[in-house]
Amino acid sequence: MAAAESYPDDLLYHPEHDWARVDGDEAVLGITWFAQDALGELVHFEAPEAGVSVTKDEAYGEVESVKAVSDVVAPLSGEILEVNARAIDEPELVNEDPYGEGWLVRIRVADDGELAALLGADAYRAVIAEQ
Amino acid sequence: MSYLSLTDADREAMLEAIGVGSIDDLFDQVPAGVRFERELDVPPALSEVELMRHLEELAARNAHFGTELSFLGAGIYDHYVPAVIDAFLARGEFLTAYTPYQPEMSQGVLQAIFEYQTAICELTGMDVSNASGYDGTTVAADACFVAKHTSDRSKVVLAETLNPQVRQVVKTYARGFGLEVVEVPHDGGVTDPDRIRAAAADAAAVVFQQPNFFGCLEPAPDLAAAASEAGAHAIAHVDLMSLGLLEAPGAYGCAMAIGEGQSVGCPPLYGGPHYGFFAARQEFIRRMPGRIVGETVDEDGQRGYVLTLQTREQHIRREKATSNMTTNQTLLALAGLFTLCWLGPQGLREVGETCVALAEHAKAALHGRGFELAFPERTTFKEFAVRVPRPAREVIREARARGVHPGYAIGRDYEGLDDVLLVTVTEKRVPADIERLADVLAEVSG
Amino acid sequence: MIDEGPWPRMELIYERSRAGRRAGRVPDYGLPRPELPAELRRTHAPRLPEVSEPELVRHITALADRNFGIDTGFYPLGSCTMKHNPRVNERAGRLPGFRDLHPYQDDEGAQGMLELEWRLQEILKEIAGLPAITLQPAAGSQGELTGLMLMRAYFADRGEDEQRDTIVTADTAHGTNPASVTMAGYRLEKVATDARGNLDLADLGAKVNERTAGLMLTNPSTLGLFDEGIEEVARIFHAAGALLYYDGANLNAVVGRSRPGDMGFDIVHFNLHKTFSQPHGGGGPGGGPVAVRESIAPFLPAPLVVRDGDTFRLDYDRPKSIGRVRGFTGPAGVFIRSYAFMRAYGPGLREMSDVAVLNANYLLARLRDDYELPYDRLCMHEFVLSARRLKRDHGITALDVAKRLMDFRIHPPTIYFPLVVPEALMIEPTETEPKERLDEFVEAMRQIAREAAEDPETLRQAPHHRPVRRLDEVRAAKQPVVRYAFETEVVT
Repeated sequence: MAAAESYPDDLLYHPEHDWARVDGDEAVLGITWFAQDALGELVHFEAPEAGVSVTKDEAYGEVESVKAVSDVVAPLSGEILEVNARAIDEPELVNEDPYGEGWLVRIRVADDGELAALLGADAYRAVIAEQ
Repeated sequence: MSYLSLTDADREAMLEAIGVGSIDDLFDQVPAGVRFERELDVPPALSEVELMRHLEELAARNAHFGTELSFLGAGIYDHYVPAVIDAFLARGEFLTAYTPYQPEMSQGVLQAIFEYQTAICELTGMDVSNASGYDGTTVAADACFVAKHTSDRSKVVLAETLNPQVRQVVKTYARGFGLEVVEVPHDGGVTDPDRIRAAAADAAAVVFQQPNFFGCLEPAPDLAAAASEAGAHAIAHVDLMSLGLLEAPGAYGCAMAIGEGQSVGCPPLYGGPHYGFFAARQEFIRRMPGRIVGETVDEDGQRGYVLTLQTREQHIRREKATSNMTTNQTLLALAGLFTLCWLGPQGLREVGETCVALAEHAKAALHGRGFELAFPERTTFKEFAVRVPRPAREVIREARARGVHPGYAIGRDYEGLDDVLLVTVTEKRVPADIERLADVLAEVSG
Repeated sequence: MIDEGPWPRMELIYERSRAGRRAGRVPDYGLPRPELPAELRRTHAPRLPEVSEPELVRHITALADRNFGIDTGFYPLGSCTMKHNPRVNERAGRLPGFRDLHPYQDDEGAQGMLELEWRLQEILKEIAGLPAITLQPAAGSQGELTGLMLMRAYFADRGEDEQRDTIVTADTAHGTNPASVTMAGYRLEKVATDARGNLDLADLGAKVNERTAGLMLTNPSTLGLFDEGIEEVARIFHAAGALLYYDGANLNAVVGRSRPGDMGFDIVHFNLHKTFSQPHGGGGPGGGPVAVRESIAPFLPAPLVVRDGDTFRLDYDRPKSIGRVRGFTGPAGVFIRSYAFMRAYGPGLREMSDVAVLNANYLLARLRDDYELPYDRLCMHEFVLSARRLKRDHGITALDVAKRLMDFRIHPPTIYFPLVVPEALMIEPTETEPKERLDEFVEAMRQIAREAAEDPETLRQAPHHRPVRRLDEVRAAKQPVVRYAFETEVVT
């Protein structure tokens, strides 16, 4: 039961189909509607542990459906403060609510200079249109 | 002879439907520079009767368990394969089916693999088994690969008493995996847990064999404990046919249990095809190489079986795969399953007991003729190492001239053991065979 | 209980089990039974099934009834080469002289087997157009890994191994290719396929350089198309000092018509279970021999089977060998069957490929208007259709087409592969099919196309006539149940 296609304007996007919601010096990360639609119903989220560092443009975990497995790419560098345990227990939440209940990790942002490299919703929609 | 079904009339009609004049036209897309214009230089075609004659002639020039009284083992064993396996192999629905990618067409194979996985887990005391690996050597490489990727370490420790071919294959694969391989020498025919603990301090895994290549029983629980204490995964390479009598690796702290399945359900067949088995604790389920069958339900709520966790497999995960295995050894693994069903828990236990009893009888018979065991203080299972007064290879040659193949020349793989024979006794031998072995060995030993 | 047929309720063997039943008996010679040390002894008996032979045979029969093989019907699974498996090969494999031969038998006691392996090698070398070969790898994908290890050894010997860390594959490559590349420790570079179905030479030229170790390619490709630029492809790689590896999965198209060695390939693997009729056995066994150019021969796995006059032996004296990749000389039973197959055809193996290509083109000609043909060319032994139109117009996918074909007693073709074609249906009839089976397949596919327009729900609910309906694969992946639960199993 997937959500309707959307790319909220208050988020920043990475071309590998990941989003970031920045709030002060923290950010919540997840995968976009496009990613969950391409994968199909998720069956597994291979999550990192709290305390681990993530690096911009590098994988910090994996999501898996019946037909594919995909890296989850960090849009920003930082330290993992919290992992969404619900996404681990019920990975289909990511399909149902990719920007809300289906969030994956919360990080402390290491370098807010990296925000400039991310895309706004319109720019990200343009990226998808070319796929 | 050919297996083609088209008639000349068929071909004409088909060429016309395609819109070309001849089959040659279909090959126009092959550039002229790479066309093969002459006839293949291979022997002429044979009819079925000629073909069987040729193959029978070749088969007749092999000295096999039916023509020679043989005590060869060393990893491939002459155990009894029940006639019911012929009934299984005769069913074309199994024999000629492909990998069960379309589950609705393949419930037979899928359910049978599920039953096989269950049997392997029961025998090894593990939580998950795959649907088979190529053989007992490559599953060891697979297991080391899994160990490396579930730890931060890139070294594996192998007991020297692990089958030499298994160690060779692990070393061949280790390069590409970025794995360092270290071997721990044996101590009087078995492996010392203290040496394992020391060597495994920075290792991802320790692989040992039970019973080991010399036929000796290792202190397996202590070896597993030593590995774990050093922070390495304990991997036991075991003989399925021994697991009616010997403890399951899962019960003494192993992370994975692997081995060559041939002893259950497959004739020797000059080394293959057989099947490797790979079982592990639950935590490794998403790292397992090869195929896994899972239980589920269909749209009507009816129980059914599918290949599952396929994202691990080559065809979906592609460059992130945990292995590149597609074709495995399903048919042989199922022969193993049905042999285990034929034996049942009682029969499996009895095979082990009969082998041990006959082997002990052989040890006594040889000792009675003045032969010394190579590792006299060790408990053995169905094979044992015996010293002969001349190079083992010579003894074998002369014994074979008298119709007896007395065993394997261990010196081929181990230094300083050129005068040692590995004698294997299975439930297909009888006490009179052992008398004959003792007589012949006494004769040729001078 | 009334049998509502045709699919009776199916039990697991563990559910047929009854305490105290058994099938086999083991001889007991009344010898003293020594006790094993307590700490090594089994504490709990394994819960293996307890069944009698009649019940075991019924179980095997019931399982077989729920399965479908080439013996059952048409099986056009692309890139798998599901040809008839000759029965004489099975009889040959059971000859005691082969079946009961121990692999550690002295060479002089195994002359018949060694001669068979040597002769198999000779035929494979002739088909490949290459002078050296190993029979050891257990399957095509193991052959691939062996081939990549051979490349590594070749370059290491020349001091170029550090520098050359990349393998190039096509975007239509089999899934094994990228996986093998990873396992061999190489980086992967993908090259695009052009509109005609050949490798895009411009893209290729840009990606081949001094870091390239080699190319992995199957020819014809998984699109069923012979690469018309293969000579230029070979030139590009050889000019860069790199090697070419041939994935033999599609060899059935070109035996006796074009040899991979002549195409420019330096390393070739064969799939004995595809081209050379070894039965697939529900997933295996297989065999993946690897043939190579003379310059790569020193690195082949040991031992090799060699001939000295009238005798044959195993040669272990291979100082530059990459080592062993599998036990003994390889899957000998597979060699027997493939060798028998080759001896039956003789030079007529060329006709095998001719008819494979004829059968595929006939299907293509008859189906091209009912489905979409992405590459408008004559095909070789297989071809790819797209069900994209059905999806766009009626919401019917390649998956739905596949499931409905089952109701016609036809095994579906390969679906969703190669990845470059949306809603792909990869069809390979093979040479052993008669024209009537091909015509039946065409009629079935046409009916499905009609049903897509007139009665799509029937397709979405298919299959209707198999032992199970569509299975919940999400559930199987989310809550994996991979063994019988004994106490807690709930039977539906």
